[in-house]
Amino acid sequence: MAERIQKQKSSTDKSQESAEVAAAVTAQGDKLKAEMDDLLDEIDEVLESNAEDFVKSYIQKGGE
Amino acid sequence: MAIPKVCGVETEYGILVRNGDPNPVLASSVLINAYVAATARRVGWDFEDERPGNDARGFSFDDGLAPEVEAHLVNAVLTNGARYYVDHAHPEISTPECRDARECLVFDRAAEEIVRRSMAESRAYLPDGAELLIYKNNSDGKGNSYGCHENYLVDRALPFGRLVAEITPHFVTRQVFCGAGKVGSEFPGIGSAEVPFQISQRADFFEEEVGLETTLKRPIVNTRDEPHCDPQKYRRLHVIVGDANMSQTATFLKVGTTAIVLAMIEDGAIGVDLGLAHPVAAIRQVSHDPTLRQTVLLRNGQRMTGLDVQWSLLEWARKYERSHGLECVGEKVGAEVLGLWEEVLDGLSTDRSRVAGKIDWVAKERLVNAYAERHGLASDDLRLKAIDLQYHDMRPDRGLAGRVGLDDLVDEAEVEAAIAEPPGSTRAYFRGRCLARWPESVVAANWDSIVFDVGRDPLRRVPMMEPLRGTKALVGELVEGSSSVTELLDRLGSGG
Repeated sequence: MAERIQKQKSSTDKSQESAEVAAAVTAQGDKLKAEMDDLLDEIDEVLESNAEDFVKSYIQKGGE
Repeated sequence: MAIPKVCGVETEYGILVRNGDPNPVLASSVLINAYVAATARRVGWDFEDERPGNDARGFSFDDGLAPEVEAHLVNAVLTNGARYYVDHAHPEISTPECRDARECLVFDRAAEEIVRRSMAESRAYLPDGAELLIYKNNSDGKGNSYGCHENYLVDRALPFGRLVAEITPHFVTRQVFCGAGKVGSEFPGIGSAEVPFQISQRADFFEEEVGLETTLKRPIVNTRDEPHCDPQKYRRLHVIVGDANMSQTATFLKVGTTAIVLAMIEDGAIGVDLGLAHPVAAIRQVSHDPTLRQTVLLRNGQRMTGLDVQWSLLEWARKYERSHGLECVGEKVGAEVLGLWEEVLDGLSTDRSRVAGKIDWVAKERLVNAYAERHGLASDDLRLKAIDLQYHDMRPDRGLAGRVGLDDLVDEAEVEAAIAEPPGSTRAYFRGRCLARWPESVVAANWDSIVFDVGRDPLRRVPMMEPLRGTKALVGELVEGSSSVTELLDRLGSGG
C-alpha cells in the first residue's frame, strides 16, 4: 500500500515536473525568439547599406 | 609515447579597401606597417630556412615552384613571438608556437586584436574617408579561397602514409563542429538552389586526398615538409583543410581534437578503421548537408554520418585518455577538449540550438534563416551573402559574430597580455623576449633561429631547433637577468 502511494505520488510529481519543464521550454523558446528579433533589428541597422554592391565588390585573389 | 603536440595557427585575412587604392598588396602592407610603426621597430624575417617546396613524401619541388613568400613584402616578427606579414594579397598572422589548444586560442584571439589595432592605426596613413576592412573568413563567394592553416609537431618516426590514412577521416568530418558556415556553394555546377547553406567555407575547394599544393588542386592532407625544427626528430604537420573561426569554442576544438587524434595516431591507439572510400567527395557531402543526416561510404563498405565518425573518434579518445593519459596535449586542457567535444556532438545530435553559442555554422545558419524569413528573401538574395561576409567583419561596430552570443572561453586580460608577451611554454618565449628587450640587436628572426648583431663581426645566429627549449622555465632567468645582448650570448655560449 505504502509502495503504491509512493508510486502514485511519484507519477504526480512527474507530470508536475514535465509541466514545469514544458513551461520552461516555452519560456526559453519565447526568450530566444525575442533575442533573435532584437538581433535582426540590429542587423537591419548595421548590415552594409548597399548589400549588393558590397557583395559584388568583395573579391579576394591570391593567397596561401 | 606521443610527443608533445606543440601547435600554432596561421590566418590569412580577407582585405577590402573602401574609398582608396584597391590594391590588396599595398593595403595589406599599409595595415601591417601601421601596426609595427605604432608598436616597435620592425625586425625582418630571416628566410634562410624556408623550404615550402619540400614534400613529406620525400622529394622536393623547390626548383619548379615560385617562392611562397615574396621577400620584399612586409614581414615582421612581433614581441609575442608571432609573425605578421603580407602573404600574396592578404595580411596574415601566424601565432607563436603554443603548447596546447587553449594557449593557441589565446594567441588567435590576440591576433584578432592586433588586426583591429592595425585597422585603427592605418587610418593615419590613408586618404580622408578611406578605410581598410578586414574579414576573418576563407572565401569571397566567387571561387577564391584563402587559408587558415594549423601546425602540429609530429614524431618523424611515424610513417607518413599511416598518418595520412588515419587523420583523413578526422579532417573530413571535424567540420561538423569547426565549420564556419557559408551561404551558397562555390563548387562548379552546384548553385544556391541545390545548396543554399553549407557547413564549411573551404570544402568546395578540395580536389586531392594528399599533395603539396595549397593554392590549386588543394589536398585534404598537405605534404609540405618544412619542420622549422630538428628534421631528424620532428615533422610539422601543415593543415590547410580548416576554416578560420570566429567562435572560440570552434578554434579550441579544432586545434584540441586534432592534437589528440594526432597523438592517438602516434601511439597506434585508434582501434577502428574509419578510412573513407572517397574522402574528396565526402568532405563536400558532409559540408553540403547541414541536416547532418547524409552518410558517407567507408572503405569497408559501411556508411556513417560525419557525426558518427566524430562520435567514434571521441570514444577512442576517451579510451586513449584512460590508457595513455593526455600529457602530450596538456592534461587539463586535454580533459576540457574531451568534455566540450562530447557536449557539441551531443548538441548537434539532439537539439542544435543548444550549441548555437559554440559553433559558427550553426550560429550563422540561424541568423541567415531568421533574416530571410523576416524579409521574405529567396536563398540566392545577396543580402544573405552580405550577412555571411559581415559575420567575419573585424570591425566591432559592424561584425555580426560579436552579436550572436558566442561563448567566451578565455579571459580578455589574458588576450591583452598575449598581444605583446610570448607564451612561456615554447621557444617563442626566447624569440619574443629577445625582441622586446633588444630590438636594436636583433637583425632577423624566424621560427628556428635568431640573428643578433652585437656590434662586432660576424653576426651571431642562435639556432632554436627544439620547440620546447627556449622556454621561460629554461631561459627565463638568462634572458631577463642579462643586462645586454653580449652578456646573453656569452652566457648562452658558456652553457648558461
